[in-house]
Amino acid sequence: MQKRKSSSAGSTTVAAALAVFLLAFTGITVYLFITKPWWFPKPITDVGVLIDSQFHRTLIITGVVFVLAQLGLAWVIFKYRDHGQKALYFEGNNAFEVAWTLATIVLFVGLGLYAESAWATVHFEPAQAGDLQIEVTGQQFTWNFRYAGPDGKFGMLKPAMVSASTGNPLGLDRNDPEAKDDIVTPILGVPVNREVELLIRSQDVTHSFFVRELRIKQDAVPGMIIHMHFTATETGEYDLACAELCGLGHYKMSSKLKVMTDAEFAEWLKVQVANQ
Amino acid sequence: MVSHADGGHEHVHAAPTGWIRKYIFSLDHKVIGIQYFLLALVSVFLGMTLSVFMRIHLVWPNIHLPFIAGGVMTPEQYLALLTMHGSIMVFMVLTTAPQSGFGNYFLPIQIGAADMAFPVLNMLSFWTTFVSLVVMASAFFVEEGAPISGWTAYTPLSALGKIAGPGQGGGQTLWVIGLAIFCAASLMGALNFIATLIDLRAPGLSLMRMPLTCWAWFVTAILGLLAFGVLLAACALLLLDRVAGTSFFIPGGLVITDQVISNHSGGSPLLWQHLFWFFGHPEVYIAILPGMGVASHVLSTFARKPVFGYRAMVYAMCGIGFLGFCVWGHHMFISGMSPYSAFAFSIMTMTIGVPSAIKTFNWLGTLWGGKIQFTTAMMFALGFVSLFVTGGLSGLFLAQPSVDLPLHDTYFVVAHFHLIMGVAAIFGIFSATYFWFPKMFGKFMNETVGKLHFWLTFAGVYCIFMPMHFLGIAGHMRRYSDLTGVPFLGGTTHSGLWNVQYFISVAAFITIGGQLIFLVNFIAGLWGGKKAGMNPWNATTLEWTIPSPPPHDNFAGQIPTVYRGAYEFSVPGEAEDFILQSALPSEVERAHH
Repeated sequence: MQKRKSSSAGSTTVAAALAVFLLAFTGITVYLFITKPWWFPKPITDVGVLIDSQFHRTLIITGVVFVLAQLGLAWVIFKYRDHGQKALYFEGNNAFEVAWTLATIVLFVGLGLYAESAWATVHFEPAQAGDLQIEVTGQQFTWNFRYAGPDGKFGMLKPAMVSASTGNPLGLDRNDPEAKDDIVTPILGVPVNREVELLIRSQDVTHSFFVRELRIKQDAVPGMIIHMHFTATETGEYDLACAELCGLGHYKMSSKLKVMTDAEFAEWLKVQVANQ
Repeated sequence: MVSHADGGHEHVHAAPTGWIRKYIFSLDHKVIGIQYFLLALVSVFLGMTLSVFMRIHLVWPNIHLPFIAGGVMTPEQYLALLTMHGSIMVFMVLTTAPQSGFGNYFLPIQIGAADMAFPVLNMLSFWTTFVSLVVMASAFFVEEGAPISGWTAYTPLSALGKIAGPGQGGGQTLWVIGLAIFCAASLMGALNFIATLIDLRAPGLSLMRMPLTCWAWFVTAILGLLAFGVLLAACALLLLDRVAGTSFFIPGGLVITDQVISNHSGGSPLLWQHLFWFFGHPEVYIAILPGMGVASHVLSTFARKPVFGYRAMVYAMCGIGFLGFCVWGHHMFISGMSPYSAFAFSIMTMTIGVPSAIKTFNWLGTLWGGKIQFTTAMMFALGFVSLFVTGGLSGLFLAQPSVDLPLHDTYFVVAHFHLIMGVAAIFGIFSATYFWFPKMFGKFMNETVGKLHFWLTFAGVYCIFMPMHFLGIAGHMRRYSDLTGVPFLGGTTHSGLWNVQYFISVAAFITIGGQLIFLVNFIAGLWGGKKAGMNPWNATTLEWTIPSPPPHDNFAGQIPTVYRGAYEFSVPGEAEDFILQSALPSEVERAHH
């Protein structure tokens, strides 16, 4: 069999270029995922640590598959470029099909099952009694947070009384005895190492409560009050952003989560009371 | 009813005369296929133009721009561009070209039929699609402009009307109506494809001898038939909420910009999400399956080897199609939906990765041991495999609700769906275009220019979308009109994540500009491309047995008989390294040496 010259059909140059590109792209990607120039900020909850470890587990598995697949593609492209050989004629290999199907099922479904414990921690375990309840209200385009005050009860909210312009964005009926001592704040202040239960709601369209360091995100759906609990383990100030398209001001509907020591928190709350 | 036994003669309609019957209201599936392709071509350039403006605004929100009233883009204008970019790309490009474009053109020919089962319905489906595009695009031109609720149009934002924001008045209504019309057109097309495939296959063409392109169009059509009805219903309900005072999606007690909404109550915003995503998830498989069929077909043809594991490929496509209806809740882990159902949706979603992985292994298996020829079509098919792996793997993160918690509604999601839909599926379209252009038009596109297009695009799309994974991991929310509203984004100081967005924008400008190369090559090919014969690629399927371009009735009254499967390449002992599906056994016997 006469060996064909490198015609453009099976060109060694093209095959090499494709293989090199795939190698380079794979290398750069792996490098970036190792060096992490842009990454999650450090988590400030224990569930955040769980989520990060599941992310890491997934990253390793998908990373290995990614590298093997892209390198495999590069290899077959180069090795089997047309350089005068005859192609093999086979239509498949049942043993291989069964093997890699089973392997994929075990790997993917196994990974999925493993992920459930972190989800369960966030959503299946109820909040503990005696936690600090804070109501979170999203609206176009601001967040407001309400504390129940010394009586531990949230007062009535009346839609007709909503008036952001006169300082009553939630429609709090101050005549309601339970509402008298409610504290409404523009930023979310919480004590460190104490379980906080958020009651997430919306006044108009769907928004979403998101603090990166908590690793928690929850849509604020009008017509629903959705509970979400967490315990922050580090003091500091963290960006709070809206994570569901809610209109033209979506991009600037931000606030802050301030995690404070018990003393600082008590002080902060006093200041907020004074501002009501 | 026509069975293939009579050779489908009742589907031969006389060749049309007159310009209007030939090119405008044609009943010929080939003309209709090209019409859909051209609609997609116009739409993709429109969609890319919108994204250029988006990328500029993201990085330089205060820059003065032409074509914008007032000179500087507002956040709502950005969101309108975003909404229409998504809607036009998903519906008018990815749901048209792969299925209604190439499927319409080549399904009848690849199964040996003279036309689709219902040529008049076919013509109606195109013109209805055209009307839907016009209606949707007209949202740009009404007072207050196009809607700002995203292609997903979550309620109540999309249901409340003008009070919810600019573009939410007439613009949103036109969008909903346009989309409903599109649903009707898609249902027509799906019916046609299924009837054609079941009924009009040539003698000898059993289901398991069909090219994988036909299988892909088949499964896609079934998905379309089952999914678009749900979207149509959802659009109807949304329209009623908007104009007839109903409250399917609007709960009571809402106050928006200090105004109480007193005329709606009792509805559920989550209901829209369920309805939309019950359609929306099969929709993304509608977008990718034809590309998978093309990839298998092209890889086999230019590796000169049968598809590895044809049967497994068929089962995998059917599996993807079926499971595609079981996973919609993975778009809703954070939505307030029951967290217990999140667990179920998650396991189903991880499972759908299995048939996808099988297909990837089989593509590699098709190449292994082959004799690879690097035509432009082949390079896009190879690129498809790489992109599908990359895009598919990021899905594994999003499929787990706990990992989805930090990643939902960030650029990680944007990276994932763009790599799969906005790139891999597009590569499927490009591969199909370079592959079938000579058959459709009797001329070649320029291969060298095609390869330049490939390299620019392949490198470019990875530069655009790979960095977005990191943006998402760092917590960069999606659908933000710029980076100045939240400190960690770095928009006011042009630092941190802003730098990544800047890189992405520059990569996007270059890559999108490079698509003009494709456009010029396409048009130049139509006018003065090198002449193409009947079977320039030495391929095996039935379209390569008829002239380029084909006559009006495809097989000139002589419906072929099929004697073998679609991928008989490099059969040992044969003189040629391919055997046409319709080659007579006696002739193949004689050629054997």
